[in-house]
Amino acid sequence: MGTQIKNNWWKVLAGILLVYAVIFGFFIRFPLMPVVEESMRNLFYHVGMWFGMLVMLITGFVYSLRYLRKFDEQEDAKAVEAVNVGLMFGFLGIFTGMIWANFTWGRPWVNDPKLNGAAVGLLIYLAYAILRGSIDDTHKRAKVAAVYNIFAFFLWIVLVIILPRLAGEGLHPAGGGTANTVLPMHLPPSMRLVFYPAMLGWVLLGVWIYKLRVRIRRIRLIIENK
Amino acid sequence: MLGNEIIHLIGKEIRLELKQKYVLNGILLYLVSTIFVTYLAFDRIIEPDTWNSLFWIILLFVAVNGISKSFIQESPARHLYYYTIASPQAVLLSKVIYNLLLMTILSVLSFVFFLLLMGNLVVNIPLFITTLILGSLGLASILTMVAAIASRASNNFSLMAILSFPIVLPLLGTLMKVSKSALSAAQWSGNYGFIIILLTINIAVIILAYLLFPYLWRD
Repeated sequence: MGTQIKNNWWKVLAGILLVYAVIFGFFIRFPLMPVVEESMRNLFYHVGMWFGMLVMLITGFVYSLRYLRKFDEQEDAKAVEAVNVGLMFGFLGIFTGMIWANFTWGRPWVNDPKLNGAAVGLLIYLAYAILRGSIDDTHKRAKVAAVYNIFAFFLWIVLVIILPRLAGEGLHPAGGGTANTVLPMHLPPSMRLVFYPAMLGWVLLGVWIYKLRVRIRRIRLIIENK
Repeated sequence: MLGNEIIHLIGKEIRLELKQKYVLNGILLYLVSTIFVTYLAFDRIIEPDTWNSLFWIILLFVAVNGISKSFIQESPARHLYYYTIASPQAVLLSKVIYNLLLMTILSVLSFVFFLLLMGNLVVNIPLFITTLILGSLGLASILTMVAAIASRASNNFSLMAILSFPIVLPLLGTLMKVSKSALSAAQWSGNYGFIIILLTINIAVIILAYLLFPYLWRD
């Protein structure tokens, strides 16, 4: 029982934080900002998807590096599943973003460097899945995929973090557009009380899904090798 | 030691290309016919934005076609032989440098032929040439690495396009931005940030390729 609590307390925490974020995300009051107004509540969900993706892709990158050092199949399994969960968060981030964009910018897709960066980022990681599918030998697949993942991660960082800031003409926060005031440190205190726990909750949920998927993959591997 | 190996390997690449002239001629014909088809479809382009995007998209396709052969032109057994007499880094760097030469020639030819048919819209020619050189280096290094990755998989021709188009976009997007300003306002000052980004991408990609390639060739 003691180890159960010791190993799983963060899953309970993830649940509590997300229930809190969903309930209070819809009920708190905050000063409305022009253009975004009530749709501002999407911040608790849309940005959470983004953080989930970032954490998962960094995890995938780290495990790909570790695979190239030790050539352990488990490291490869962790890298793939991290990328898979990252992709899931990426798609959810784009969908929540499209709903938001439809309300604030009038269309689900606008020509914004961050939107385009996110979409191309998804293409980069979908290509990772195709690359894995086209190599049959397990060790070769793991090695080539790890090399691609490390290479792609660097260009992905340039794409989604450096270029949008340099372009400076987007609609997203910190891009000079409509929602320029929406940076975490500029949020009204009541929103910050929901924002930070929500972000932590989404990331923890991502880690939980990722751990489950790694375990499923490990069991499959054992069954296949039998 | 490494330098010596690289020089010999580049010499080998050039001799191989001259021996199999049809490959190079094929790419040149591809370049000419693509630009000519674009010309017939568009006639003359007045809009700088269209000019710019068409030019870089054509160059991207030419580059992918020219570089995708890098690691599949010769048999795997021959590659094994190279790795016994030279370090994998030397093999990679020689391919990058050779592809840089190839890309420089191809991009200059594309530019000249494009000017000829589509008309000149470039205001700041030195800035455009700078973009062209940085673009050639970036395309050569990124696509060489992608070609190396794709050569390890089974359906490598379609894989080359799937892997390279999204991954080349950070570079291509930046290139298009700089060259767009070379087409409209003839200013250098606003572009230093982008040029630094291009240089950083180029250097980082070459370092990454140098570090990662030894893992790729070993089975």
